[in-house]
Amino acid sequence: MTVETSKYRELGLTDPEFELIVEKLGHEPNDVELAMFSLLWSEHCAYKHSRNLLRRLPTEGERVVMGPGENAGAVDIGAGYAIAFKVESHNHPSAVEPFQGAATGVGGIMRDVFALGARPIAILDSLRFGELDSVRSRHLLDGAVRGIGHYGNSIGVPTVGGEIYFEAPYEHNCLVNAMCVGIAKQDEMVRAAAAGVGNAVVLMGASTGRDGIGGASVLASAELGDGDEAKRPTVQIGDPFEESKVLECCLELLGKGLLVSLQDLGAAGLTSSAAEMASAGGVGIDLDVARVPLREADMAPFEIMVSESQERMLAVVEPAKVGEVLAVCEKWQTGSAEIGTITDSGQVRVLRGEEVVGEMPVEALVDGCPLYDLSPAEPDGWIYGNRVSLAADAPAGEALLALLGSPSIASKRWIFEQYDSIVGSRTARRPESADAAVLAIAEAGKAIAVSIDGNGRRVACDPYAGTVEAVLECAQNLACAGAEPLGLTNCLNFGNPEKPVAAWQLDRAVSGLADVCTALGVPVVGGNVSLYNEGPEGPIYPTPVVGMVGELPDPEHSAPSAFAGEGDAIALLGPFMPSLAGSELAKLRGELEMGLPQPEIAAVAAACATVREAVRAGVLASAHDVSDGGLACAIAEAAIGAGAGCRVDLQHLRERGCSPEEALFGEGPGGFVITGERAQIEALAGDGVAVLFLGKVGGDAIEIAAGDRSIALPLADAERAWRSLAV
Amino acid sequence: MRWGVIQFPGSCDERDALHACEIAGGEARLVWHEERDLEGIDAVVVPGGFSYGDYLRAGAIARFSPAMEAVAEFAARGGPVLGICNGFQVLCEADLLPGALLRNEDLRFVCRQVELQVGQLNPPEGTQSSIPRGETLSIPAKHGEGRYWAPEEMLDRLEANGQVVYRYAPGQNPNGSARDIAGVTNEAGNVLGLMPHPEHAVDAMTGSTDGLEVFERLAKVAA
Repeated sequence: MTVETSKYRELGLTDPEFELIVEKLGHEPNDVELAMFSLLWSEHCAYKHSRNLLRRLPTEGERVVMGPGENAGAVDIGAGYAIAFKVESHNHPSAVEPFQGAATGVGGIMRDVFALGARPIAILDSLRFGELDSVRSRHLLDGAVRGIGHYGNSIGVPTVGGEIYFEAPYEHNCLVNAMCVGIAKQDEMVRAAAAGVGNAVVLMGASTGRDGIGGASVLASAELGDGDEAKRPTVQIGDPFEESKVLECCLELLGKGLLVSLQDLGAAGLTSSAAEMASAGGVGIDLDVARVPLREADMAPFEIMVSESQERMLAVVEPAKVGEVLAVCEKWQTGSAEIGTITDSGQVRVLRGEEVVGEMPVEALVDGCPLYDLSPAEPDGWIYGNRVSLAADAPAGEALLALLGSPSIASKRWIFEQYDSIVGSRTARRPESADAAVLAIAEAGKAIAVSIDGNGRRVACDPYAGTVEAVLECAQNLACAGAEPLGLTNCLNFGNPEKPVAAWQLDRAVSGLADVCTALGVPVVGGNVSLYNEGPEGPIYPTPVVGMVGELPDPEHSAPSAFAGEGDAIALLGPFMPSLAGSELAKLRGELEMGLPQPEIAAVAAACATVREAVRAGVLASAHDVSDGGLACAIAEAAIGAGAGCRVDLQHLRERGCSPEEALFGEGPGGFVITGERAQIEALAGDGVAVLFLGKVGGDAIEIAAGDRSIALPLADAERAWRSLAV
Repeated sequence: MRWGVIQFPGSCDERDALHACEIAGGEARLVWHEERDLEGIDAVVVPGGFSYGDYLRAGAIARFSPAMEAVAEFAARGGPVLGICNGFQVLCEADLLPGALLRNEDLRFVCRQVELQVGQLNPPEGTQSSIPRGETLSIPAKHGEGRYWAPEEMLDRLEANGQVVYRYAPGQNPNGSARDIAGVTNEAGNVLGLMPHPEHAVDAMTGSTDGLEVFERLAKVAA
């Protein structure tokens, strides 16, 4: 039998890759083998265009408990506990079917976290859509938000934070990245590596159906285009109730010490879970598809092996404990079946009863895929186009209103009110009340702060500097909460890496990520890569999304982002050097072009340390980092949140050599808007950290003196613009 | 005071409720949905969440669970029962409380801190609030099916009997509930249900301690 050329190409394999598979097997693959190879050798599973780059990232640190290669990363939080966390994309499923795509994205990332033995305690999301004047974007936004809420709310894990941008390059290829944070007792955590020849392999959770077949290869590893409607059956359907039972069941099993190892079934289903467990443990595995509980009786072996039915977990169990494991599954009314055995063969053998229907070396499946170096080329100029929605000569007050009302800056209340942000009784800072979410960790007598960030537009302007800025923004958000970073997870959302520009963006972004994490001493403990994010009109903005977890001693000592007291002094702290390059204002004016100023990482880190200590000491009444829309927007947000006006003068900032417009709306890392008692906050200056007194909280208007571009805006008008986001 | 918190598959807020009971005073334990024995329990909490997934009507399946049969008997003997959010829905489905909870007016889930007005004219004996009339409680609400509904004549009767124990303050109704009703009791006053989550308002660190009033009210019934 000869495999037709069209068949393996349809599954995403190249001719040389197919020849290599034949060579490694010693014969042409049958249907089961071809299906399994095509999935494990897809970009989504094999990272064949990104693995070489990812080696640059720093992954070690004294607080790292688990790093890349496990289901999620984990850091030590003290008292025998660890915080596990990971961010992952579900972009293409969400672009095809936003509700289920986003819902199962949340379900999948939670399974990664409880596969370690950690109870999920928080979800954050990073979302990207086209501009909201498009019907398609509003449909995708509405569906994705409802999907995230549906899954997270139903399972009882709070959605505590996130970020969202609306930009034309995401019109056809939206991004839905979900991050989950969990807490685990370190002595109850397990790794994903299979171990113990003769041990049983138990499949737990939902039964296996025909949903999501080919998701990893067909959907996740190719560009979107015409005919995406027909791909809808490749999107999985989520069942949060099943997941909540599997979650409680797995945590009870791990708490009782009944499992040797545990792995979730995500992309490529049983194929990747079994092969990766075997690979990590250096063992072989036999699986009998006839013992897999099915939704439809007539499924072929290859369908069973590649199904991406959700809410399933695979465990390795000592034979003597299998009965006890099945009893716990029964208590939680979730499915369970012993479907295989750990062997010393070094092979993944797929059986149907007595019949062997597929047999492949573990090594060839998991590590045999060729890795490709990229052929990067810097573009000649700005490739994404410009659209004018604000006249260049619009008065500053009008510009501020336009910025506050732009969906990427406006209040996200319409979105986060659709999420349960408080279940679990840990949420000390709810969405929009502080720059980072703050969660109490009473188990260790402290708290954590979590933030997720990434500005694709700025990364498009300069992939290196933009990526550095994303990490600095996370660090600044954590500093406002009084937290010190412990670790970072990332999701690299890029276009087609086989094209030179996307390859260049990816290469520069990974270098930026590696450099800033090394400089800050923050290890990268896990992540995910999502490539081929392109629509008919071209690639998305290159969008590295970073999620950072930090610790603080006391959940009650984190600063709010809104002003807190009438008469408080307002100051700008840090090495903020505003520029209109890549700014939200440049976007509105249609003036985007390549290039960003290079960030001074060490100076920003010093400012973060000063703010962190000041917050912990209770010196600051509020702290908010300067981000999208510049200083004017940061000040306006802090004022609106407090329901209090302010009067500030940016003259001293202009002494750094910037124009009135740059002082108002220029962006860049390193700036904090802080408030408190004037003498105390001015005393924070020193050790290379600058503090500029700007003015005072009070009145019912936002008054900003900036030479010939001064602003006096009634607070109510600013609030109306800022609260305008709804679909 | 010994509290029992019912745990269904799909419950979400049962640990929060357990914690709140302990803060309110006494011991608390989870009661698995298959248990029928409430021996030694002085007050029952039916917590929030999505019991059995709530893919049918919220609470429609949970009312048939063994634990709910025991709760119905417990309530019939005058035992105090508190239903929060999904628990309120379950108690309405079980006919232990009047009325029904429909999908929110705007058909979206909402999570928001709301102000509640406490009390009514002529509350049943022993269920008066310690909060002076006219004061409000700040308690979070979070639900997709929280719009309280009952026939007009039933609403009139509930108000006349003093069974409307919590109302959303003016402008605070998050779901379109009839007459701004957030929580009601049965006629005897020993079964109380409300959509907002008092168990998420027992610690200043997470936003408010006003929810303790609800647990204290129940403890008074038990006493």
